[in-house]
Amino acid sequence: MADLEIKNLHVSAGDKQILRGVDLHVRSGEFHALMGPNGSGKSTLANVLMGHPNLEITEGTIRFDGEDITEAEPDERARSGLFMAFQYPVAIPGVTVTKYLRMIINAHREARGEDAISLKDFRQTVEKAMALTKVPKEFSTRYLNEGFSGGEKKRMEILQLALTRPKLAVLDETDSGLDIDALKSVADGVNALRGTDRSFLVITHYQRLLDYIKPDVVHVLADGRIVKTGGPELALELEAHGYDFLKDRVVPEAAV
Amino acid sequence: MSALLDSMAQAFCGSDARREVLDAALRDGLPAARNEAWKYTSLRQLERRAFAAAPLQGPALDAALLEDIPAPRLVFVNGRLDAALSDVQALPASVQLQPLSAALAAGEDAVRFLGRRYERSEEIFARLNAALADEGVVLRVDEGVQVDVPLQLVFASVAGDTDLAWHHRHLIELRAGASLGVVEHRFSVGDSAHLDNTVLHAHVARDAVLKHARVQAGSARQTSFLRTDAVLARDAQYHRVDLELGAALSRHELNVRLEGDNAQLTANGVLLGNGRRHVETRLGIDHIARDTACELLWRGVAANRSRVVFHGGIQIREGADGTDANLSNKNLLLSADAEIDTQPTLVIDADEVKAAHGATVGQLDANALFYLRSRGLPQAQAQALLSAAFCHEPLKILPDALRAQLARRLDKALAEAGVA
Repeated sequence: MADLEIKNLHVSAGDKQILRGVDLHVRSGEFHALMGPNGSGKSTLANVLMGHPNLEITEGTIRFDGEDITEAEPDERARSGLFMAFQYPVAIPGVTVTKYLRMIINAHREARGEDAISLKDFRQTVEKAMALTKVPKEFSTRYLNEGFSGGEKKRMEILQLALTRPKLAVLDETDSGLDIDALKSVADGVNALRGTDRSFLVITHYQRLLDYIKPDVVHVLADGRIVKTGGPELALELEAHGYDFLKDRVVPEAAV
Repeated sequence: MSALLDSMAQAFCGSDARREVLDAALRDGLPAARNEAWKYTSLRQLERRAFAAAPLQGPALDAALLEDIPAPRLVFVNGRLDAALSDVQALPASVQLQPLSAALAAGEDAVRFLGRRYERSEEIFARLNAALADEGVVLRVDEGVQVDVPLQLVFASVAGDTDLAWHHRHLIELRAGASLGVVEHRFSVGDSAHLDNTVLHAHVARDAVLKHARVQAGSARQTSFLRTDAVLARDAQYHRVDLELGAALSRHELNVRLEGDNAQLTANGVLLGNGRRHVETRLGIDHIARDTACELLWRGVAANRSRVVFHGGIQIREGADGTDANLSNKNLLLSADAEIDTQPTLVIDADEVKAAHGATVGQLDANALFYLRSRGLPQAQAQALLSAAFCHEPLKILPDALRAQLARRLDKALAEAGVA
């Protein structure tokens, strides 16, 4: 099964220690939300899962789908079924959406030992996925993410999620900077892509996305560790009371 | 005297007036290495080489090479017009077109006909051209005539036993309200080591529109000097894209004078350096009239031991109020042994102008690379995609069909250079 198992993960960026012993287990088909205050290390966790070159794992392991991927290259992780929707998707002027989507679909097909997608299949698959994720057809000829609004970029990320069909999707603050309509359409896309063979780890600062996407498990990350885990009610609790409760729980690093 | 200039002098067979031009050029010789306009361009190797004058009859060219270049077209092979491969019947009668050789044979006074003379020692190749040019395209479009299909100009350089030099002088004149598209294809057949020294004059009259694209894909031993002098009248537009994809040494000086109010220039280009090639473009944009505008988007890539040189000179003269000038020159340095020199210069003597210029030299964006790899593209493929995308940006001003054609040429060159 495509479980994600993170054990005692310590990560630093340059001289700065960011994650200090994260343990997390996402079972196949489960939907987890990871919440926490700014600076707690949420985005670092997402990026290190995807193999960001500027992050260094100093201790601990990441296992995915039975394999140790702690040292794997980002593209190997992607082709093994891991996906991260970026908080800030990158614009690539000069590369049209169509050309790009075809390349990434074919990279995944090649990894599965399949032939490159035919033009007809490509067109049909993309049209369907665009309708599902509410990406206008006209975007096909535009340059990837260039001049896209925040909401359009996030929908484009969900479109790529739909087309690459990962076993685990990590959404890094996909709700940030979206108005309520954009948030809803992103949530609709995510809900449509849920399934027993696909798990999600959704990283968010606010509870509001979880009004539309019901998680199975909610974790709270603070100061580089997971300090609390519970059911969907934990998200509501955080919404009502904020992250202030953490102040009493977290021992300052100097005192450890 | 250098072997280079010596061989040029021997090739001379023109009028007395042109002899004077040649003698003056030879007296001054090649520009000194310290000359500001030549400080990045070493002529040390070139000056030791001799080039024979191109014979009056060029070698045969395989017509298959022209498959994606439709008529109306003019084809020059080793500097000489190939009438059999040329076909300009589709051009309307209101377009006057003749080879320079025909104009000269008809007894036109060459020096007067060729127009402007060049005096300064740094203009050595334009001076040689003024003395030696015996072929080219002389083109006039009558007032108000819109030519729908672009004219294709092919300049093929075919390898042979002797290294040849040819000097072309082109004149493109668009009278008021006329419009024309010109696409130049410059390529080599075999490992040609010839020297092509071209000067092009473009006069774009009031309300006229000239669209001009050029692909320079000479062999790695070719030498290419080009000087373009364009003058834009009131409300005139000049749009051009240059792809510098080949040649051992290529240097293009693009000088545009915006002499009439509201004249507009768009000039984009790509400089691709690989191997040990030297690729250089020098812009001299001169805003003389009010409310004139230029948009200049240039991308450079230097791989291996190549050298890419870009000089972006913009001058806004006194009285050229309301000018809007934008220059962007970004460069990718792909090898520690390659060199990129970029020099944007902006001189403003007017009020109320908007002028922005930026030049960068860097590597591929690490974020973009990570993004593409996180979607499953292997490192090499992600790098190639980003390098290609970087180079494709200047093509965006072209109409779709032409953009696709030039994109194919660009992709081929990028692949051959091992860049993408």
